[in-house]
Amino acid sequence: MDLFTFIKPKNELEQGDDTTVNKPYVPDEMWVKCPDCGTLLLTTDIEENFHVCSKCNHHFRVGSRKRIDMVCDKDTFKELDADFVSKNIIDFPGYDEKLESSKRRSGEKDSVVCGTCKIDGIETVIISMTADFMMGSMGTVTGDKITRAFEYATENGLPVIAFTVSGGARMQEGILSLMQMAKTSGAVKLHSDAGLLYITVLTDPTSGGVTASFAMEGDIILAEPGALIAFAGPRVIEQTIRQKLPKDFQTAEFLQEKGFVDKVIDRRYLKETLSKLLKIHNYTEVQ
Amino acid sequence: MSAYDNVLAARSTKKLTSLDYINALFGDSFIELHGDRNFADDKAVVGGVGMLNDIPVTVIGLEKGRNTKERMERNFGAAHPEGYRKALRLMKQAEKFHRPILCFVDTSGAFCGIGAEERGQGHAIATNLMEMMALKTPILSVFIGEGGSGGAIALAVADEVWMMENAVYSVISPEGCASILWKDSSKAAEAAECLKMTAKDLFNLGVIERILREPTAGDQKMFESMKLLICRTFEKNLAVSGEELARLRYNRFRKIGQQ
Repeated sequence: MDLFTFIKPKNELEQGDDTTVNKPYVPDEMWVKCPDCGTLLLTTDIEENFHVCSKCNHHFRVGSRKRIDMVCDKDTFKELDADFVSKNIIDFPGYDEKLESSKRRSGEKDSVVCGTCKIDGIETVIISMTADFMMGSMGTVTGDKITRAFEYATENGLPVIAFTVSGGARMQEGILSLMQMAKTSGAVKLHSDAGLLYITVLTDPTSGGVTASFAMEGDIILAEPGALIAFAGPRVIEQTIRQKLPKDFQTAEFLQEKGFVDKVIDRRYLKETLSKLLKIHNYTEVQ
Repeated sequence: MSAYDNVLAARSTKKLTSLDYINALFGDSFIELHGDRNFADDKAVVGGVGMLNDIPVTVIGLEKGRNTKERMERNFGAAHPEGYRKALRLMKQAEKFHRPILCFVDTSGAFCGIGAEERGQGHAIATNLMEMMALKTPILSVFIGEGGSGGAIALAVADEVWMMENAVYSVISPEGCASILWKDSSKAAEAAECLKMTAKDLFNLGVIERILREPTAGDQKMFESMKLLICRTFEKNLAVSGEELARLRYNRFRKIGQQ
Protein backbone atom coordinates (compact mmCIF):
# COMPACT_ATOMS: atom_id res chain seq x y z
CA MET A 1 0.00 0.00 0.00
CA ASP A 2 1.48 3.38 -0.93
CA LEU A 3 1.34 6.43 1.27
CA PHE A 4 -1.41 8.12 -0.71
CA THR A 5 -3.77 5.20 -0.35
CA PHE A 6 -2.90 5.00 3.31
CA ILE A 7 -3.82 8.61 4.11
CA LYS A 8 -6.93 8.59 1.92
CA PRO A 9 -10.18 8.83 3.94
CA LYS A 10 -11.65 5.43 4.55
CA ASN A 11 -15.04 6.11 2.94
CA GLU A 12 -13.32 7.20 -0.29
CA LEU A 13 -11.15 4.16 -0.21
CA GLU A 14 -14.15 1.87 -0.05
CA GLN A 15 -15.82 3.61 -2.94
CA GLY A 16 -12.61 3.49 -5.00
CA ASP A 17 -12.31 4.74 -8.58
CA ASP A 18 -14.33 1.92 -9.99
CA THR A 19 -17.38 3.33 -11.72
CA THR A 20 -19.01 -0.07 -12.01
CA VAL A 21 -19.81 -0.27 -8.30
CA ASN A 22 -23.19 1.34 -8.77
CA LYS A 23 -24.21 -1.25 -11.33
CA PRO A 24 -26.00 -4.36 -10.13
CA TYR A 25 -23.44 -6.80 -8.91
CA VAL A 26 -23.23 -10.08 -10.79
CA PRO A 27 -20.41 -12.48 -10.02
CA ASP A 28 -18.56 -13.57 -13.17
CA GLU A 29 -19.20 -17.22 -12.60
CA MET A 30 -22.99 -16.76 -12.58
CA TRP A 31 -23.21 -15.78 -16.24
CA VAL A 32 -21.57 -17.02 -19.39
CA LYS A 33 -21.67 -15.23 -22.70
CA CYS A 34 -22.26 -17.47 -25.69
CA PRO A 35 -19.31 -16.94 -28.06
CA ASP A 36 -21.56 -17.60 -31.08
CA CYS A 37 -24.71 -15.51 -30.50
CA GLY A 38 -23.62 -13.31 -27.59
CA THR A 39 -26.57 -14.25 -25.38
CA LEU A 40 -25.90 -14.08 -21.65
CA LEU A 41 -26.72 -17.43 -20.14
CA LEU A 42 -27.11 -18.40 -16.51
CA THR A 43 -24.45 -20.91 -15.52
CA THR A 44 -27.04 -23.06 -13.79
CA ASP A 45 -29.21 -23.10 -16.93
CA ILE A 46 -26.23 -24.08 -19.06
CA GLU A 47 -25.35 -26.90 -16.75
CA GLU A 48 -28.87 -28.26 -16.94
CA ASN A 49 -28.74 -27.96 -20.72
CA PHE A 50 -25.58 -30.10 -21.14
CA HIS A 51 -23.45 -26.95 -21.65
CA VAL A 52 -25.31 -26.09 -24.83
CA CYS A 53 -26.56 -22.54 -25.57
CA SER A 54 -30.35 -22.63 -25.37
CA LYS A 55 -30.63 -19.97 -28.06
CA CYS A 56 -28.20 -20.89 -30.84
CA ASN A 57 -27.23 -24.44 -29.94
CA HIS A 58 -23.55 -23.59 -29.46
CA HIS A 59 -21.79 -26.48 -27.73
CA PHE A 60 -19.47 -25.21 -25.01
CA ARG A 61 -16.26 -27.12 -24.36
CA VAL A 62 -16.48 -29.35 -21.31
CA GLY A 63 -13.75 -31.04 -19.26
CA SER A 64 -13.15 -34.77 -19.24
CA ARG A 65 -14.92 -35.53 -15.93
CA LYS A 66 -18.01 -33.50 -16.80
CA ARG A 67 -18.12 -35.31 -20.12
CA ILE A 68 -18.10 -38.65 -18.33
CA ASP A 69 -20.88 -37.49 -15.97
CA MET A 70 -23.01 -36.52 -18.95
CA VAL A 71 -23.12 -39.96 -20.51
CA CYS A 72 -22.45 -42.44 -17.69
CA ASP A 73 -25.01 -43.85 -15.30
CA LYS A 74 -24.61 -42.22 -11.90
CA ASP A 75 -21.67 -43.47 -9.82
CA THR A 76 -20.68 -46.19 -12.29
CA PHE A 77 -17.39 -44.67 -13.48
CA LYS A 78 -14.26 -46.46 -12.29
CA GLU A 79 -11.00 -44.88 -13.36
CA LEU A 80 -8.09 -46.83 -14.84
CA ASP A 81 -4.44 -45.81 -14.39
CA ALA A 82 -5.42 -42.70 -12.43
CA ASP A 83 -1.91 -42.32 -11.00
CA PHE A 84 0.01 -41.99 -14.29
CA VAL A 85 1.85 -38.66 -14.36
CA SER A 86 3.68 -37.02 -17.29
CA LYS A 87 7.40 -36.41 -16.84
CA ASN A 88 9.88 -34.30 -18.77
CA ILE A 89 11.53 -37.28 -20.44
CA ILE A 90 13.60 -35.51 -23.08
CA ASP A 91 14.42 -32.57 -20.82
CA PHE A 92 12.52 -30.05 -22.91
CA PRO A 93 12.95 -26.46 -21.68
CA GLY A 94 9.87 -25.04 -19.94
CA TYR A 95 7.97 -28.34 -20.01
CA ASP A 96 8.11 -28.94 -16.23
CA GLU A 97 6.50 -25.54 -15.60
CA LYS A 98 3.88 -26.16 -18.27
CA LEU A 99 2.98 -29.52 -16.73
CA GLU A 100 2.66 -27.93 -13.30
CA SER A 101 0.38 -25.12 -14.49
CA SER A 102 -1.75 -27.57 -16.49
CA LYS A 103 -2.13 -29.83 -13.49
CA ARG A 104 -3.22 -26.87 -11.39
CA ARG A 105 -5.66 -25.53 -13.97
CA SER A 106 -7.29 -28.84 -14.90
CA GLY A 107 -6.95 -30.75 -11.67
CA GLU A 108 -5.83 -33.67 -13.85
CA LYS A 109 -2.49 -35.46 -14.11
CA ASP A 110 -2.64 -35.66 -17.91
CA SER A 111 -4.83 -34.79 -20.87
CA VAL A 112 -6.89 -37.98 -20.79
CA VAL A 113 -9.08 -39.79 -18.27
CA CYS A 114 -9.81 -43.48 -18.93
CA GLY A 115 -12.01 -45.95 -17.13
CA THR A 116 -15.02 -48.19 -17.19
CA CYS A 117 -18.62 -47.17 -16.72
CA LYS A 118 -22.17 -48.14 -17.52
CA ILE A 119 -24.41 -46.47 -20.08
CA ASP A 120 -28.03 -47.45 -19.50
CA GLY A 121 -26.67 -50.43 -17.62
CA ILE A 122 -24.31 -51.50 -20.41
CA GLU A 123 -20.69 -51.80 -19.39
CA THR A 124 -18.16 -49.96 -21.56
CA VAL A 125 -14.64 -48.55 -21.49
CA ILE A 126 -14.63 -44.78 -21.74
CA ILE A 127 -11.79 -42.48 -22.83
CA SER A 128 -12.26 -38.77 -22.26
CA MET A 129 -9.76 -36.05 -23.18
CA THR A 130 -9.63 -32.53 -21.82
CA ALA A 131 -8.56 -29.29 -23.50
CA ASP A 132 -7.58 -27.83 -20.12
CA PHE A 133 -4.45 -29.93 -19.98
CA MET A 134 -1.99 -28.59 -22.59
CA MET A 135 -4.75 -28.34 -25.18
CA GLY A 136 -5.40 -32.07 -24.97
CA SER A 137 -2.04 -32.84 -26.52
CA MET A 138 -0.95 -36.47 -26.64
CA GLY A 139 2.25 -37.30 -24.77
CA THR A 140 3.58 -40.68 -23.72
CA VAL A 141 1.30 -40.92 -20.68
CA THR A 142 -1.73 -40.02 -22.81
CA GLY A 143 -0.77 -42.61 -25.42
CA ASP A 144 -0.02 -45.27 -22.84
CA LYS A 145 -3.29 -44.71 -20.94
CA ILE A 146 -5.32 -44.92 -24.16
CA THR A 147 -3.43 -48.04 -25.29
CA ARG A 148 -4.02 -49.70 -21.92
CA ALA A 149 -7.69 -48.76 -21.97
CA PHE A 150 -8.06 -50.53 -25.34
CA GLU A 151 -6.11 -53.54 -24.07
CA TYR A 152 -8.37 -53.71 -21.02
CA ALA A 153 -11.43 -53.57 -23.28
CA THR A 154 -10.02 -56.30 -25.54
CA GLU A 155 -9.27 -58.60 -22.59
CA ASN A 156 -12.70 -58.08 -21.08
CA GLY A 157 -14.73 -58.07 -24.28
CA LEU A 158 -15.93 -54.49 -23.77
CA PRO A 159 -16.75 -51.76 -26.29
CA VAL A 160 -14.82 -48.47 -26.22
CA ILE A 161 -16.23 -44.95 -26.43
CA ALA A 162 -13.65 -42.18 -26.92
CA PHE A 163 -14.27 -38.43 -26.61
CA THR A 164 -11.48 -36.61 -28.40
CA VAL A 165 -10.29 -33.04 -28.01
CA SER A 166 -6.69 -32.34 -28.90
CA GLY A 167 -4.20 -30.04 -30.55
CA GLY A 168 -2.24 -33.12 -31.64
CA ALA A 169 0.95 -34.83 -30.52
CA ARG A 170 2.75 -33.08 -27.64
CA MET A 171 5.92 -31.57 -29.08
CA GLN A 172 7.57 -31.25 -25.66
CA GLU A 173 8.03 -35.03 -25.69
CA GLY A 174 9.50 -35.01 -29.19
CA ILE A 175 9.49 -38.18 -31.24
CA LEU A 176 8.17 -40.23 -28.31
CA SER A 177 4.77 -38.56 -28.58
CA LEU A 178 4.68 -39.19 -32.34
CA MET A 179 5.19 -42.88 -31.58
CA GLN A 180 1.99 -42.85 -29.51
CA MET A 181 0.04 -42.45 -32.76
CA ALA A 182 1.29 -45.85 -33.92
CA LYS A 183 0.92 -47.40 -30.48
CA THR A 184 -2.69 -46.35 -29.93
CA SER A 185 -3.53 -47.39 -33.52
CA GLY A 186 -2.08 -50.82 -32.84
CA ALA A 187 -4.23 -51.17 -29.73
CA VAL A 188 -7.34 -50.08 -31.68
CA LYS A 189 -6.54 -52.70 -34.33
CA LEU A 190 -6.28 -55.53 -31.79
CA HIS A 191 -9.58 -54.42 -30.23
CA SER A 192 -11.18 -54.25 -33.68
CA ASP A 193 -9.85 -57.67 -34.72
CA ALA A 194 -11.46 -59.10 -31.57
CA GLY A 195 -14.81 -58.03 -33.05
CA LEU A 196 -15.46 -55.32 -30.49
CA LEU A 197 -17.17 -51.98 -31.06
CA TYR A 198 -15.31 -48.68 -30.97
CA ILE A 199 -17.21 -45.39 -31.16
CA THR A 200 -15.42 -42.04 -31.33
CA VAL A 201 -17.07 -38.74 -30.50
CA LEU A 202 -15.03 -35.89 -31.99
CA THR A 203 -15.37 -32.65 -30.05
CA ASP A 204 -14.04 -29.16 -30.57
CA PRO A 205 -11.19 -29.12 -31.52
CA THR A 206 -9.75 -32.44 -32.64
CA SER A 207 -6.62 -32.07 -34.76
CA GLY A 208 -3.12 -33.19 -35.68
CA GLY A 209 -1.77 -36.49 -34.43
CA VAL A 210 -4.98 -37.43 -32.65
CA THR A 211 -7.07 -36.94 -35.81
CA ALA A 212 -4.41 -38.93 -37.68
CA SER A 213 -4.64 -41.84 -35.25
CA PHE A 214 -7.30 -43.19 -32.88
CA ALA A 215 -9.87 -40.39 -33.46
CA MET A 216 -10.41 -41.47 -37.07
CA GLU A 217 -10.27 -45.20 -36.40
CA GLY A 218 -13.70 -45.70 -34.87
CA ASP A 219 -16.20 -48.19 -36.31
CA ILE A 220 -18.63 -45.33 -35.87
CA ILE A 221 -17.45 -41.72 -35.85
CA LEU A 222 -19.77 -39.16 -34.25
CA ALA A 223 -19.03 -35.46 -33.93
CA GLU A 224 -20.45 -32.51 -31.99
CA PRO A 225 -22.07 -29.66 -33.95
CA GLY A 226 -19.64 -26.98 -35.06
CA ALA A 227 -16.57 -28.83 -33.78
CA LEU A 228 -13.33 -28.11 -35.60
CA ILE A 229 -11.95 -31.40 -36.91
CA ALA A 230 -8.72 -31.21 -38.85
CA PHE A 231 -5.41 -32.82 -39.62
CA ALA A 232 -3.66 -29.50 -40.21
CA GLY A 233 -5.23 -26.54 -38.40
CA PRO A 234 -6.78 -23.71 -40.46
CA ARG A 235 -3.95 -21.27 -39.74
CA VAL A 236 -1.29 -23.70 -40.94
CA ILE A 237 -3.24 -24.31 -44.15
CA GLU A 238 -3.77 -20.59 -44.77
CA GLN A 239 -0.04 -20.02 -44.38
CA THR A 240 0.79 -22.93 -46.69
CA ILE A 241 -1.58 -22.11 -49.53
CA ARG A 242 -1.69 -18.34 -48.90
CA GLN A 243 -5.43 -17.98 -49.22
CA LYS A 244 -8.36 -17.57 -46.85
CA LEU A 245 -10.40 -20.66 -46.06
CA PRO A 246 -14.19 -20.83 -46.41
CA LYS A 247 -16.06 -20.24 -43.14
CA ASP A 248 -17.38 -23.71 -42.41
CA PHE A 249 -14.23 -25.51 -43.63
CA GLN A 250 -13.20 -28.35 -41.26
CA THR A 251 -16.35 -28.23 -39.16
CA ALA A 252 -18.10 -31.41 -38.08
CA GLU A 253 -20.84 -30.71 -40.64
CA PHE A 254 -18.24 -30.25 -43.38
CA LEU A 255 -16.63 -33.58 -42.51
CA GLN A 256 -19.98 -35.31 -42.56
CA GLU A 257 -20.62 -33.88 -46.02
CA LYS A 258 -17.20 -35.08 -47.21
CA GLY A 259 -17.87 -38.55 -45.83
CA PHE A 260 -15.54 -38.71 -42.84
CA VAL A 261 -18.07 -38.45 -40.01
CA ASP A 262 -21.03 -40.82 -39.62
CA LYS A 263 -23.27 -38.41 -37.78
CA VAL A 264 -23.18 -34.95 -36.27
CA ILE A 265 -24.99 -35.31 -32.99
CA ASP A 266 -26.45 -32.81 -30.52
CA ARG A 267 -24.99 -33.39 -27.07
CA ARG A 268 -28.45 -33.57 -25.52
CA TYR A 269 -29.18 -36.76 -27.47
CA LEU A 270 -25.72 -38.24 -27.12
CA LYS A 271 -26.32 -40.67 -24.27
CA GLU A 272 -29.47 -41.95 -25.93
CA THR A 273 -27.62 -42.47 -29.23
CA LEU A 274 -24.66 -44.22 -27.60
CA SER A 275 -27.03 -46.48 -25.72
CA LYS A 276 -28.90 -47.38 -28.92
CA LEU A 277 -25.67 -48.10 -30.77
CA LEU A 278 -24.40 -50.33 -27.98
CA LYS A 279 -27.66 -52.31 -28.02
CA ILE A 280 -27.61 -52.66 -31.81
CA HIS A 281 -24.17 -54.23 -31.43
CA ASN A 282 -25.59 -56.79 -28.99
CA TYR A 283 -24.13 -55.39 -25.81
CA THR A 284 -26.55 -55.93 -22.97
CA GLU A 285 -27.22 -54.65 -19.49
CA VAL A 286 -25.17 -56.15 -16.69
CA GLN A 287 -26.17 -56.25 -13.04
CA MET B 1 27.57 -30.78 -36.54
CA SER B 2 24.71 -29.10 -34.66
CA ALA B 3 21.20 -30.58 -34.75
CA TYR B 4 20.03 -27.79 -37.03
CA ASP B 5 22.96 -28.32 -39.45
CA ASN B 6 21.75 -31.89 -39.52
CA VAL B 7 18.23 -30.70 -40.40
CA LEU B 8 19.61 -28.57 -43.23
CA ALA B 9 21.71 -31.49 -44.49
CA ALA B 10 18.62 -33.71 -44.44
CA ARG B 11 16.75 -31.15 -46.54
CA SER B 12 19.57 -30.57 -49.02
CA THR B 13 18.42 -30.83 -52.63
CA LYS B 14 21.72 -32.57 -53.41
CA LYS B 15 20.66 -35.53 -51.30
CA LEU B 16 19.71 -38.82 -52.93
CA THR B 17 15.96 -39.29 -53.23
CA SER B 18 13.85 -42.44 -52.93
CA LEU B 19 14.05 -43.05 -56.67
CA ASP B 20 17.85 -42.85 -56.55
CA TYR B 21 17.86 -45.57 -53.91
CA ILE B 22 15.27 -47.66 -55.74
CA ASN B 23 17.23 -47.47 -59.00
CA ALA B 24 20.54 -48.25 -57.31
CA LEU B 25 19.16 -51.19 -55.29
CA PHE B 26 16.63 -52.69 -57.70
CA GLY B 27 18.11 -51.75 -61.08
CA ASP B 28 16.07 -52.88 -64.06
CA SER B 29 13.90 -55.20 -61.99
CA PHE B 30 11.78 -52.32 -60.60
CA ILE B 31 8.30 -51.93 -62.06
CA GLU B 32 6.39 -48.88 -60.85
CA LEU B 33 2.72 -49.36 -59.96
CA HIS B 34 0.47 -46.31 -59.92
CA GLY B 35 -2.69 -45.08 -58.24
CA ASP B 36 -4.84 -45.62 -55.15
CA ARG B 37 -7.79 -47.16 -57.12
CA ASN B 38 -9.98 -44.52 -55.60
CA PHE B 39 -9.07 -40.99 -56.56
CA ALA B 40 -5.72 -40.43 -58.26
CA ASP B 41 -2.05 -41.26 -58.55
CA ASP B 42 -0.09 -39.14 -56.09
CA LYS B 43 3.38 -38.54 -57.50
CA ALA B 44 4.77 -37.66 -54.07
CA VAL B 45 4.66 -41.40 -53.39
CA VAL B 46 6.39 -43.88 -55.71
CA GLY B 47 5.71 -47.55 -55.35
CA GLY B 48 6.16 -50.79 -57.14
CA VAL B 49 7.71 -54.22 -57.17
CA GLY B 50 11.19 -55.47 -57.88
CA MET B 51 13.90 -57.96 -56.98
CA LEU B 52 16.39 -57.39 -54.18
CA ASN B 53 19.01 -60.02 -55.05
CA ASP B 54 16.69 -63.03 -55.25
CA ILE B 55 13.90 -61.71 -52.97
CA PRO B 56 10.76 -60.22 -54.57
CA VAL B 57 10.03 -56.98 -52.69
CA THR B 58 7.35 -54.28 -52.65
CA VAL B 59 9.08 -50.91 -52.43
CA ILE B 60 7.42 -47.61 -51.57
CA GLY B 61 9.05 -44.23 -51.19
CA LEU B 62 8.16 -40.61 -50.51
CA GLU B 63 9.76 -38.85 -53.46
CA LYS B 64 10.77 -35.17 -53.40
CA GLY B 65 11.98 -35.00 -56.99
CA ARG B 66 15.49 -34.46 -58.32
CA ASN B 67 15.18 -31.14 -60.13
CA THR B 68 12.83 -28.16 -60.01
CA LYS B 69 10.42 -29.57 -62.57
CA GLU B 70 10.21 -32.92 -60.80
CA ARG B 71 9.91 -31.28 -57.42
CA MET B 72 6.89 -29.30 -58.60
CA GLU B 73 5.35 -32.43 -60.08
CA ARG B 74 5.94 -34.41 -56.91
CA ASN B 75 4.77 -31.62 -54.61
CA PHE B 76 8.21 -31.62 -52.90
CA GLY B 77 7.46 -35.01 -51.38
CA ALA B 78 4.41 -33.80 -49.45
CA ALA B 79 1.80 -36.51 -50.05
CA HIS B 80 -1.97 -36.16 -50.26
CA PRO B 81 -4.37 -38.77 -48.80
CA GLU B 82 -4.36 -40.66 -52.11
CA GLY B 83 -0.60 -41.07 -51.75
CA TYR B 84 -0.96 -42.80 -48.40
CA ARG B 85 -3.85 -44.85 -49.75
CA LYS B 86 -1.74 -45.95 -52.72
CA ALA B 87 0.98 -46.98 -50.28
CA LEU B 88 -1.51 -49.02 -48.26
CA ARG B 89 -2.91 -50.66 -51.38
CA LEU B 90 0.58 -51.79 -52.37
CA MET B 91 1.29 -53.00 -48.84
CA LYS B 92 -1.90 -55.08 -48.77
CA GLN B 93 -0.88 -56.52 -52.13
CA ALA B 94 2.53 -57.37 -50.68
CA GLU B 95 0.85 -59.10 -47.73
CA LYS B 96 -1.27 -61.18 -50.09
CA PHE B 97 1.82 -62.50 -51.87
CA HIS B 98 3.87 -62.60 -48.67
CA ARG B 99 6.43 -60.19 -50.09
CA PRO B 100 8.49 -58.05 -47.72
CA ILE B 101 7.93 -54.29 -47.87
CA LEU B 102 10.68 -51.70 -48.05
CA CYS B 103 9.71 -48.06 -47.38
CA PHE B 104 11.86 -44.99 -47.97
CA VAL B 105 10.86 -41.91 -46.00
CA ASP B 106 11.77 -38.41 -47.10
CA THR B 107 9.15 -35.72 -46.54
CA SER B 108 8.72 -32.44 -44.73
CA GLY B 109 5.26 -33.73 -43.80
CA ALA B 110 1.88 -34.74 -45.19
CA PHE B 111 0.52 -31.93 -47.37
CA CYS B 112 -1.55 -29.22 -45.65
CA GLY B 113 -4.15 -27.95 -48.09
CA ILE B 114 -7.82 -27.80 -48.92
CA GLY B 115 -7.91 -30.94 -51.08
CA ALA B 116 -5.86 -32.89 -48.56
CA GLU B 117 -8.30 -32.04 -45.76
CA GLU B 118 -11.39 -32.64 -47.90
CA ARG B 119 -10.19 -36.10 -48.82
CA GLY B 120 -9.31 -37.00 -45.23
CA GLN B 121 -5.58 -36.62 -44.63
CA GLY B 122 -6.02 -37.58 -40.99
CA HIS B 123 -8.14 -40.58 -41.89
CA ALA B 124 -5.63 -41.79 -44.50
CA ILE B 125 -2.69 -41.63 -42.09
CA ALA B 126 -4.69 -43.21 -39.26
CA THR B 127 -5.72 -46.10 -41.49
CA ASN B 128 -2.11 -46.73 -42.52
CA LEU B 129 -0.95 -46.80 -38.90
CA MET B 130 -3.67 -49.25 -37.94
CA GLU B 131 -3.30 -51.55 -40.92
CA MET B 132 0.51 -51.54 -41.05
CA MET B 133 0.63 -52.62 -37.42
CA ALA B 134 -1.18 -55.84 -38.34
CA LEU B 135 0.37 -56.62 -41.75
CA LYS B 136 1.45 -60.25 -41.84
CA THR B 137 4.58 -59.66 -43.88
CA PRO B 138 7.97 -58.10 -43.04
CA ILE B 139 8.25 -54.28 -43.20
CA LEU B 140 11.42 -52.23 -43.07
CA SER B 141 11.45 -48.42 -43.18
CA VAL B 142 14.55 -46.42 -44.03
CA PHE B 143 14.69 -42.65 -43.41
CA ILE B 144 16.88 -41.12 -46.11
CA GLY B 145 16.25 -37.40 -45.52
CA GLU B 146 13.49 -35.61 -43.70
CA GLY B 147 11.03 -37.48 -41.50
CA GLY B 148 8.24 -34.98 -40.95
CA SER B 149 5.73 -36.04 -38.32
CA GLY B 150 2.50 -37.85 -39.28
CA GLY B 151 3.41 -37.84 -42.95
CA ALA B 152 6.54 -39.85 -42.13
CA ILE B 153 5.18 -42.30 -39.55
CA ALA B 154 2.42 -43.23 -42.03
CA LEU B 155 5.16 -45.21 -43.82
CA ALA B 156 7.15 -46.18 -40.75
CA VAL B 157 5.09 -48.62 -38.69
CA ALA B 158 7.72 -51.26 -39.37
CA ASP B 159 9.53 -54.24 -37.82
CA GLU B 160 12.67 -52.16 -37.89
CA VAL B 161 13.33 -48.49 -38.67
CA TRP B 162 16.74 -47.45 -39.98
CA MET B 163 18.09 -43.96 -40.58
CA MET B 164 20.81 -42.50 -42.74
CA GLU B 165 23.39 -40.73 -40.57
CA ASN B 166 22.18 -37.31 -41.73
CA ALA B 167 18.44 -38.00 -41.74
CA VAL B 168 16.09 -36.46 -39.17
CA TYR B 169 12.74 -37.59 -37.75
CA SER B 170 10.54 -35.35 -35.65
CA VAL B 171 7.07 -34.71 -34.32
CA ILE B 172 7.18 -31.15 -35.71
CA SER B 173 9.61 -29.10 -37.80
CA PRO B 174 12.03 -27.06 -35.68
CA GLU B 175 10.65 -23.88 -37.32
CA GLY B 176 7.09 -24.85 -36.42
CA CYS B 177 8.09 -25.73 -32.88
CA ALA B 178 9.93 -22.43 -32.37
CA SER B 179 7.07 -20.37 -33.75
CA ILE B 180 4.48 -22.09 -31.55
CA LEU B 181 6.52 -22.16 -28.36
CA TRP B 182 8.53 -18.96 -28.59
CA LYS B 183 6.57 -17.09 -31.28
CA ASP B 184 9.85 -16.82 -33.16
CA SER B 185 10.70 -19.15 -36.02
CA SER B 186 14.26 -17.85 -36.12
CA LYS B 187 14.90 -19.88 -32.97
CA ALA B 188 14.65 -23.06 -35.06
CA ALA B 189 18.24 -24.07 -34.28
CA GLU B 190 17.44 -24.09 -30.56
CA ALA B 191 14.24 -26.05 -31.17
CA ALA B 192 16.11 -28.63 -33.27
CA GLU B 193 18.39 -29.29 -30.30
CA CYS B 194 15.45 -29.65 -27.89
CA LEU B 195 13.37 -31.93 -30.12
CA LYS B 196 16.05 -34.67 -30.21
CA MET B 197 15.53 -35.39 -33.88
CA THR B 198 18.89 -36.61 -35.20
CA ALA B 199 19.60 -40.25 -35.99
CA LYS B 200 21.86 -40.52 -32.96
CA ASP B 201 19.23 -39.04 -30.61
CA LEU B 202 16.57 -41.40 -31.93
CA PHE B 203 18.87 -44.40 -31.59
CA ASN B 204 19.52 -43.45 -27.97
CA LEU B 205 15.77 -43.06 -27.36
CA GLY B 206 15.20 -46.58 -28.70
CA VAL B 207 13.04 -45.41 -31.59
CA ILE B 208 15.28 -46.75 -34.40
CA GLU B 209 17.35 -49.91 -34.76
CA ARG B 210 20.19 -48.88 -37.03
CA ILE B 211 22.10 -45.86 -38.36
CA LEU B 212 23.45 -46.28 -41.90
CA ARG B 213 26.41 -44.66 -43.61
CA GLU B 214 25.02 -42.59 -46.43
CA PRO B 215 25.97 -43.77 -49.93
CA THR B 216 26.92 -41.20 -52.55
CA ALA B 217 25.54 -41.34 -56.08
CA GLY B 218 27.33 -43.95 -58.17
CA ASP B 219 29.02 -45.62 -55.20
CA GLN B 220 27.69 -49.05 -56.16
CA LYS B 221 29.84 -50.79 -53.56
CA MET B 222 28.02 -49.02 -50.74
CA PHE B 223 24.65 -49.77 -52.30
CA GLU B 224 25.62 -53.43 -52.54
CA SER B 225 26.43 -53.61 -48.85
CA MET B 226 23.18 -51.80 -48.05
CA LYS B 227 21.32 -54.31 -50.23
CA LEU B 228 22.96 -57.18 -48.39
CA LEU B 229 21.93 -55.73 -45.04
CA ILE B 230 18.31 -55.32 -46.16
CA CYS B 231 18.19 -58.82 -47.66
CA ARG B 232 19.52 -60.37 -44.46
CA THR B 233 16.87 -58.59 -42.41
CA PHE B 234 14.11 -59.72 -44.79
CA GLU B 235 15.40 -63.32 -44.81
CA LYS B 236 15.41 -63.34 -41.03
CA ASN B 237 11.86 -61.94 -40.85
CA LEU B 238 10.47 -64.09 -43.68
CA ALA B 239 11.27 -67.09 -41.48
CA VAL B 240 8.92 -65.73 -38.80
CA SER B 241 5.15 -66.31 -39.11
CA GLY B 242 3.01 -63.32 -40.13
CA GLU B 243 1.07 -63.37 -36.86
CA GLU B 244 4.28 -63.38 -34.84
CA LEU B 245 5.69 -60.51 -36.93
CA ALA B 246 2.58 -58.42 -36.23
CA ARG B 247 2.81 -59.26 -32.53
CA LEU B 248 6.50 -58.27 -32.38
CA ARG B 249 5.78 -55.07 -34.30
CA TYR B 250 3.07 -54.06 -31.84
CA ASN B 251 5.39 -54.78 -28.91
CA ARG B 252 8.12 -52.72 -30.55
CA PHE B 253 5.87 -49.63 -30.40
CA ARG B 254 4.08 -50.72 -27.23
CA LYS B 255 7.19 -50.27 -25.13
CA ILE B 256 7.93 -46.71 -26.33
CA GLY B 257 6.82 -44.43 -23.52
CA GLN B 258 5.46 -47.34 -21.48
CA GLN B 259 4.68 -46.28 -17.91
